Amino acid sequence: MSAPLVRTTADGLWCEAGGFHIDPWRPVERAVVTHAHADHTRPGSKRYLTTPEGADLVRLRTQKEAAVETLPYCAEKRIGDVTVSLHPAGHVLGSAQIRIERDGEVWVVAGDYKTDADPTCTPFEPVRCDVFVSESTFGLPVFDWPTADAVADEVRAWWEANAAAGRTSLLCAYALGKSQRLLAGLVDPPGPIAVHGALDRLLEPYREQGVALPETRYASPEVAKEIRGKGLVVAPPSANGTPWMRKFGDVTTGFASGWMRLRGPRRRRNFDRGFVLSDHADWKGLLSAIEATGAERVLVTHGYVDALVRYLREERGLDAQRLESQFEGEVDGEDAE
Amino acid sequence: MRRFHALYRELDATSRTSRKEAALVAYFREAPAADAAWAAHLLLGRRGRRAVNTRMLREWAAEASGQPLWLVEESYDAVGDLAETIALLVPGGDGAGEPPPLAQCVEERVIGLAAMDEDAKKALVLETWELLDEGERFLFHKLISGGFRVGVAKGIVARALAVVAGVDKATMLHRLSGRWEPTADSWASIVDEEDGGDPLRPYPFFLAHPVPDDITELGEAHEFQAEWKWDGIRAQAVRRGDEAVIWSRGEDLVNAGFPEIADDLAALPNGTVLDGELLAWKDGRPLGFHALQRRIQRKSVGKKLRAEVPVRFLAYDLLERDGRDLRERTTVERRAQLERLVEEASLPHFGLADVVEAGTWEELAAQRETSRERGVEGLMLKRKDAPYGAGRVRGPWWKWKVDPLSIDAVMIYAQRGHGRRASLYTDYTLGVWEEGELVPVAKAYSGLSDAEIRDVDRFVRQNIVDRFGPVRVVKPELVFEIAFEGIRPSSRHKAGLALRFPRIARWRHDKRPEDADTLNAVRELLAQ
Repeated sequence: MSAPLVRTTADGLWCEAGGFHIDPWRPVERAVVTHAHADHTRPGSKRYLTTPEGADLVRLRTQKEAAVETLPYCAEKRIGDVTVSLHPAGHVLGSAQIRIERDGEVWVVAGDYKTDADPTCTPFEPVRCDVFVSESTFGLPVFDWPTADAVADEVRAWWEANAAAGRTSLLCAYALGKSQRLLAGLVDPPGPIAVHGALDRLLEPYREQGVALPETRYASPEVAKEIRGKGLVVAPPSANGTPWMRKFGDVTTGFASGWMRLRGPRRRRNFDRGFVLSDHADWKGLLSAIEATGAERVLVTHGYVDALVRYLREERGLDAQRLESQFEGEVDGEDAE
Repeated sequence: MRRFHALYRELDATSRTSRKEAALVAYFREAPAADAAWAAHLLLGRRGRRAVNTRMLREWAAEASGQPLWLVEESYDAVGDLAETIALLVPGGDGAGEPPPLAQCVEERVIGLAAMDEDAKKALVLETWELLDEGERFLFHKLISGGFRVGVAKGIVARALAVVAGVDKATMLHRLSGRWEPTADSWASIVDEEDGGDPLRPYPFFLAHPVPDDITELGEAHEFQAEWKWDGIRAQAVRRGDEAVIWSRGEDLVNAGFPEIADDLAALPNGTVLDGELLAWKDGRPLGFHALQRRIQRKSVGKKLRAEVPVRFLAYDLLERDGRDLRERTTVERRAQLERLVEEASLPHFGLADVVEAGTWEELAAQRETSRERGVEGLMLKRKDAPYGAGRVRGPWWKWKVDPLSIDAVMIYAQRGHGRRASLYTDYTLGVWEEGELVPVAKAYSGLSDAEIRDVDRFVRQNIVDRFGPVRVVKPELVFEIAFEGIRPSSRHKAGLALRFPRIARWRHDKRPEDADTLNAVRELLAQ
């Protein structure tokens, strides 16, 4: 067998034949990035390649002097001895699976992905390949997501009940991806919406690309005063419990994360209410995505690696193995920012 | 079951006492009497019995969910709670029908289960899964595995019940003590009747708070009666109606483990209740808690054990004399009567807890320094003019424990936590140096802030060097100061010693692994 197209080095996932890294965790010459979350797009590299949809978000994350090149979904580009193309991963705006082909051998590095519906990004598309590199953040059968519509209904009902009791609703979620997805579920909001500063600047790229979001205002002291007792405030999880919250008066807090499926994290995080919403695939999503690639070989990164590897080997007869990485998936307890 | 689960969810979701109490009051006002009795029984932590062993549950869950058994185990490892894991994995009715009420569910589907054969158990459990939604299934699993616990203090439940019954909390605590069965009749006597209840019931135990950092905030030392804080089992000895029973603080009857004391107690006059400490005792001093543990939860105690672990009831308070409740009398008055009673009775297994004589805080502090050599945990301070209260009241009683011992140790293994901390690496094994190697000396689960736990969790994820089942071997880099209450030799541990109540006192960012303590240094503490 020839050398693997992608392997783990001290700098990140390395494609030697192409001379580039994928989502490197240290600064490198050339980085092909799957999406703009902090553990996948780190500053310091000289060149970045991403999708046109994700370019603004990647620029926000990297240093000004870095060159950000774009490649539209499904378009092919020759890099070194390989052909690279980017395919929708359904994770966040502009997120991509990276397809690498050399002499008829195809590898796909999926980065983070989900198979569920999300109006804020291009839906996941399975890509046929020989080797599929999958995440496993929620790679256990206890992770089984409700539909996004059901969660949107829950959020709305929660907000309305809080408003009826004269409380402001503070909804915490990752500033990139999750927050926009929550907002997209509230296009016809029952009250005014304010957003934390960390989120405010991340809404623009979405609106520019035509993603339908409700009207939001930056949560200035004046706006806070105006929406107190009836409005919804969207903020990163780190805002919970800070003095910043005080300007909203009597507040009820909620947190949207896949981890809210479990009682331990639900209780550990000091939020009044948990909503089960993730931009990562649940167990069924992982299995269906892996199956749709037709890959015989699956390399599993960050998450419940051992469980997913063993399941794929024993129950699906695939050649599955662990691939070391420093990705973090959906971190239970802090901002991805 | 649906109403009870809604209550459980409310209690579980909030840490605010006022919201918990409001939810409890609403529940107890609305629930049918039989349900309310069961709810009170369960929320007060009165023991249930395991009706199904967890091996069976795992196997049925694997079968019902179509997953291999090992994946059920892996899931459990990640979730940290078997009842929850199985509730999440198995398919169910998910709220389609109306589940049976709590009392009916417990009586028909939990209590009877223990006596059934395995096939009948399985049929009933699988049928019940279909009736319940995910959250209700979780409670059902807690009930059948005898592990039902809820994050609500007994005092809050008692206060809510007091509100519902229209009495004060101390009265309610007293009504709830002793033996009662969770039935509609019991519920009636809890909320309505003045009398009734168990004639042998103990008084609610009066509990102490830890002293403030500045001891002088309490006032003058001479305002307090000081006693040693014994390291045994807090207990009440009740002698009424020609019967003699010993209640532990958890309100378990412990007569069987302490037959000598029960026999002695029978020689006291009727209508006597003593508050004190059960201790393993030899040659005029306590043997330590590990010796006492051999007596706990024994159904019977043989001659050999009697000789090896002699026991003693050290009395420190008198709550009832000649059938009269003395709790309103002052500490000094009760003490005088106690001294007379114990002296007159002169029983071989009953002793009087010493009063520590000292006029100033300085003198008391000096006495406290002798705690370790005496085998006690520190001092108790009881306001001389105070009555005997109920529950944990701030002011009259204080505990002034001796400072813990501590060492610096290096994290060598990590494991995911359970319950509230499932899915994070929170359980650490720590080692000290012995001939160039780190030897494990303690497992510690607590002591770090949530933010620190997240940092350690991240370190673990990025520094795994090996895996053994759920255990991760990590790069030995992080140093923690471990506090503990005592140390004893142990042949079961590689280090040859075991620490009592080890916990992380702080993360020593300022220390490198090579700065951690050696096993020899820890052995020296053992010698002290």
